Parts: sequence; C-alpha cells; structure tokens
Amino acid sequence: MTLEEFVTAFADEFDETPAESFAPATVYKDLDEWGSLTALSIIALAMEGFGKKITGADLRSVDTIEDLYNLIQTK
Amino acid sequence: MKAYIKAINYALPEGVLTNEEVAAMFPEWTVEKIEKKLGIKQRHITAENETASDLAIQAAEELFETTGIDKEEIDYLIFVTQSPDYHLPTTACVIQKRMGLSHNLTSIDVNLGCNGFVVGLSLAKAVIMAGQAKNVLLLTGETYSKYMHERDKSNRTIFGDGASATVVSTEGMAEIGDFVVGTDGEGAENLIVKTGGARHLKPANDLEFDDFGNPRSSDNLYMDGPAILNYSLEFLTKLVNDVLAKNNLTMDDIDLHVYHQANIFLANLERKTLRIPPEKYWVCIENTGNTVSSTIPIALCEALRQGKLTKGMKVLSIAQGLGYTWGGMVLYF
Repeated sequence: MTLEEFVTAFADEFDETPAESFAPATVYKDLDEWGSLTALSIIALAMEGFGKKITGADLRSVDTIEDLYNLIQTK
Repeated sequence: MKAYIKAINYALPEGVLTNEEVAAMFPEWTVEKIEKKLGIKQRHITAENETASDLAIQAAEELFETTGIDKEEIDYLIFVTQSPDYHLPTTACVIQKRMGLSHNLTSIDVNLGCNGFVVGLSLAKAVIMAGQAKNVLLLTGETYSKYMHERDKSNRTIFGDGASATVVSTEGMAEIGDFVVGTDGEGAENLIVKTGGARHLKPANDLEFDDFGNPRSSDNLYMDGPAILNYSLEFLTKLVNDVLAKNNLTMDDIDLHVYHQANIFLANLERKTLRIPPEKYWVCIENTGNTVSSTIPIALCEALRQGKLTKGMKVLSIAQGLGYTWGGMVLYF
C-alpha cells in the first residue's frame, strides 16, 4: 500500500470528517472524530492492509498520517 | 459414547440501558453512531442487588419448565462466571441449594470470560464421555456492569449483563464435536479488574483518564482495546482452521458460524478476514450487547427460535477471551 493509498484508506475509516481533510501531513489526533473507535479502525487497517500489528502506544507516539505510515513499515 | 446439547435457554435482567441514555451521558456519542459502529441498540443491566447467579437460575428454571427435563436428574453443575456471589464459597453450591438440585451433584465454578461457554461445554462433554455424569447443567452468567466506572464510555457501551443455561446429556438436539482450546497468560493485564483478589486485596484508588477521556483504574474493569483487537484478529484464521481440521471438516461444510460477538465492528472484521458470506454469519447482539460468556448460547437460542438454525446444520463456534484463553468447536444439529 502506497502512502497515497494509506491516506485514502485512513480517510475511509471516518464518517463525518470530509475526505479533503486528510493528507500525509494531517495530525490525526487533532481531528474531532478521532477517538477510541477510530483508533481501533486504524489498528485493524494496519493488520488488514499490511499484516502489521500496531498498539495504542504506537498511535500516541506519532502525529501525522505519514509518520504513522512510516512507523507501520518498521514493524 | 457421545455428548449432546439437550436444551438451551438464556435470561437477561429487566433493567435496560438504551443508546439514548448512553448518548445523554456521553455527548460525543450519538444514538445513530453507537448503533452503526457497534451494532448494539441496548444492553440489559442488573440492579444493585441482582447477581449473575440470579440470572443463571432464572435461565435454568425456565429451561426446566419449558422442556420438562427433570432437574432431579442433573448430576453435575458448572457455573461459568467472573462475577461470583462471594470470593467463597463456590457460587455453584449456592445455586444447588436455591434451585433444589440433587445432593448427588458435583458443583464447580469456572472463572472464564468470553470463551467460557466453549470451555464449559468441553468440560461438560468430558464429564459425560468419562461416565462421571449423565446430565450436566452448564450455566454462564456475567455482570461486568458491576465492575465498571460510571464514566467508562467504551465498556458501558459494549457490555451487557446476561446468563444462559444448557443441559448437556447422552442424547439431545446437537452433538458436541471436537474442541481446540488454548491459553496465553501474556495477555492477562489487557482485560482485567486488578484489585479485590488476593494479589491486590485493597482498592488502589489510582483513577486516571486516558487520551480519549476514558477512566482507567485498577479498581474497575480495564480493557486495552487495541491489544484485544490485535489478539482477536491475529490468530483467528489459524484457530478456525485448527478447529475445522480437528473435526475433519472444511469451511464449506459449515452451515452457520456462531461466534462470540464483542460488537458488530469486530464481527465484521472477523467475517471479512475469514471470507464468510453474511448469510452464514449469525449476529445477535443488537438487544444484549456483549454478554461475555453468554453471547454464544444467546445467539444459538435466537438462531433456533428464529428458524435460522435447523436440524442437520453444522455450526462452528469460536471465542477468544481474556486471559488470554480461546477456544473453538463444531456443533452438529
């Protein structure tokens, strides 16, 4: 999955936030819709899309969608 | 000799916590969002003086009344719960007295969570196969609501209280096939009530709030959602394949999948991971939420009542629970 595809898949996990709000540099934790459920969706996305396991601490350790994409690659 | 499910029933407390009430407590939730994301419309919650054993007894008494099975014939009692009436004695003993069951009875409590029904059924089958008993009453009952912090949005939204009663016998409506069961205590702290047991007897009074405003305290139910999600997805396919292999079956042989269901979010992920068509995957949490060890028996009961589960069908049941401990089995209806 490319970074661009990851940003699109990331955006798909949100219902209320418009797709144009998502870019590699988006600080996802600042989004109003970011919460425990969307966090779980992203963890599932990492498992489904990359076969990689990320934790709650991983999600807290980075800020942007691109940071997270890069972190998943290191797993 | 073979072992069978002879009858099955469930009971829920009268008290209900609706999505409207949850949304009123947690304004960041909406009624629609809870239902869409979790597939739960309401969960039943026990009153302060109502316990898991009360619900389990209700489920069992109704079962005896409606099926005509003589409760005098019960010679083994298993109560699966993590909400016992007391630290001691065994709640199953209290249930024996309250239900007027035979004195010639083995009574044990089994402390297991979401896979409690699967493991309980494996125990019941073992007891029957060994000739130790002819009619096992397997009860499950859970009231996690009593362990939750009142501001715990995640757990209060997901979990409901409930109980089930199953009679396992030498004849009945569903033959109990072979089991695969496993354990990995590495996950023990990911779903836990840390204090109150002998290790940490006194309350810790260490309440704090996480990034999402959820309370975290050693004195209440704590669930590490991300860790539990990863655990649920990571080994699911292997567990399903192992259970199928143990029963000499393939995925195509299974007519209905009745799994432990935490919520619709996880259920859909599991269904997609396993590539199960929706019509073969039974979902039954809308009116109960996650009742822990009672989700599978409740789902089986409702599938039978609603005509979704009929004679001749093979059912695969999988449950991954806290501990961690997991299990799977095939039932031949």
